[in-house]
Amino acid sequence: MTATLPAWFKARQQSALQRYETTTTPKRGDEQWRFSNFKQLDFANVSNKPAPEVDVAGLVSRSTGLETPVAKFVFLNDSPVFSESSLPTDVICLPLAEALASHSDLVAQHFMRQETRLGSAKYAALHEASLKNGLFVHIPDGMEIEGSIEVHHWLSGETTIFPHTLVVTGRNAKVRIIDCFRSVDETTPGLAIAFNDLCLGENSQLDYIAIQALNEVTRMIQINETSTDRDARAKGFILNTGASWARNESLSRLDGPGSRSDMLSVSIPAREQEYDQRTLQHHVSEGTYSDLLYKNTLYGHSRTIFSGLIFVGEKAHHTDAYQTCRNLLMTDDCEANSMPGLEINADQVKCSHGSTSSQISDEEIFYLCTRGIDPTRARQLIARGFSVEAVERLADEPTEKLVLKFIDEKFSAIGVSEG
Amino acid sequence: MSLHIQELHASLENGTEILKGVTLDIPAGEIHAIMGPNGSGKSTLSKVLAGHKGYIPTSGTITLDGQDISELSIDQRSRAGIFLAFQYPAEVPGVSNANFIRAALQSRLPKGQEIDAVAYYKNLYAKMDLLEMDRKFTSRAVNEGFSGGEKKRNEILQMIMLDPKYCILDETDSGLDIDALKIVAKGVNAMRSANRGMLLITHYQRLLDYIKPDHVHVMSDGRIVRSGGPELALELEEKGYDFLKEPALAS
Repeated sequence: MTATLPAWFKARQQSALQRYETTTTPKRGDEQWRFSNFKQLDFANVSNKPAPEVDVAGLVSRSTGLETPVAKFVFLNDSPVFSESSLPTDVICLPLAEALASHSDLVAQHFMRQETRLGSAKYAALHEASLKNGLFVHIPDGMEIEGSIEVHHWLSGETTIFPHTLVVTGRNAKVRIIDCFRSVDETTPGLAIAFNDLCLGENSQLDYIAIQALNEVTRMIQINETSTDRDARAKGFILNTGASWARNESLSRLDGPGSRSDMLSVSIPAREQEYDQRTLQHHVSEGTYSDLLYKNTLYGHSRTIFSGLIFVGEKAHHTDAYQTCRNLLMTDDCEANSMPGLEINADQVKCSHGSTSSQISDEEIFYLCTRGIDPTRARQLIARGFSVEAVERLADEPTEKLVLKFIDEKFSAIGVSEG
Repeated sequence: MSLHIQELHASLENGTEILKGVTLDIPAGEIHAIMGPNGSGKSTLSKVLAGHKGYIPTSGTITLDGQDISELSIDQRSRAGIFLAFQYPAEVPGVSNANFIRAALQSRLPKGQEIDAVAYYKNLYAKMDLLEMDRKFTSRAVNEGFSGGEKKRNEILQMIMLDPKYCILDETDSGLDIDALKIVAKGVNAMRSANRGMLLITHYQRLLDYIKPDHVHVMSDGRIVRSGGPELALELEEKGYDFLKEPALAS
């Protein structure tokens, strides 16, 4: 980063580096890494070679998402290469490095305040110590942004990126952010350690969508931390179609009474891909609501891990908390592991949790085939429909369309052989 | 031109024979009804005609306008002109009705040719109006959360949209109140045509008050045991199926 960095930030990075070096690497026997594939945590083979020349103009033109985003940013290996915005002037929406110079106190107030509790404390420290840029968004009180802020993160070369997204919403504010992670080419192995920090002010609404479509030799750790003030409504959605291995840690802390968090995910691993997802719905205050729906469609020899905990704190009376993980097994060789969990320390609480794994039933296939649809296409339609159920919860047509575009690309890449 | 079934035998995978030599000829332009007690093999016959893999045809033939379809897969039979309206249609979560029917129509087009979306929706809405179906049906997931009547109407909608040569309706009247039955019958009657044959499988004579059959057959223990005109249905309604137990017929 540049010399203009505020002192507090430099100090944070230095102490984070120390923390990274002194924190032990996750190992067998750690509950938060149960069923994990530890060899994926060996990052020694990411050589951090200088990135090859990239045709930036070409990359920007590949960075298509919504038809009309309200703002759009393109990062190449964490460096901003394009931005455009039609946001109102009192919204702050800047690359993080710029925001650190121009709004240092505001960033300091919110930057990585929560403790990383789902296993990747070491990698959160590495992220904090190493991050070069990202996006900082601050929506002032009462400002409702219609439409979405769209961010494209491109990874090029054998290197590690540390994308960071920090979003702060003021009272009664509203915004939607879409982060899209992709590789410039399909064959170079890289590593992305991303962090998104979502801080919702009173009665505000924030939708956050992460689309992970990296190439299938790249690995990713993504840590999501959401905190909600009174009556705030958060919605988080993660799509995994790419990467050889992705670990998602999502923590929703329902700090304010009456606040709500919807945690959604769709993952479609194929071949040897592995997705390792850990979640925590932490109900701190009274009258809070959380609803988690994770849907995995597994092809080939792929593997998923879901471990989720609903934790209802002592003061969180009248909590409603739901957690569902559903796995659709498209082959006999795939493997889905689910570990739902529940801990209740308050009264008048409604909670449910569950996970299911199933294959497409023969009767469903029969029904579609009697309409003339061939069995391969029938399986594809049913599998897509399985994902659509979670996508529809986004309740915004352009966003759903964008997410479905990535889902359809994945299904067509899986193709007939595995269908 | 007919859907012809000759001496058809079919068994479950465990070897239990369900169809024990069914012979039936359904010429284009005619409506045939099969009645019979529970467990007589009526629904099995419909599934075997559609190509269900849970039943193994052991002998006999099924020909559609002279073409032997016994070796065709389920989807090939559908595209060849067979339509089965299900007694209990499956739910397909996350797939909208509009996309489902569109995929079915798309499957009938040559590779690379796309359906004209505007014309498709115009046609779909017209057919939905006939069946008094709300526009919201198009975006709802196939049969998910549908009432019994909505599911049956949806079957008829698909049938009308796919315009098959031969329609097999399995217990289409079961679970319907009289208003829903009238709407379903309206849809089926709209499909009557000199170019199309229909086979109604039903347990109750009531359906035949609204859809007049040309021929009525009685099925028992995997065989057609009696055939006649529409009056046979009335006779069955009055007397029940007790005659099947008479030794002369049972043998």
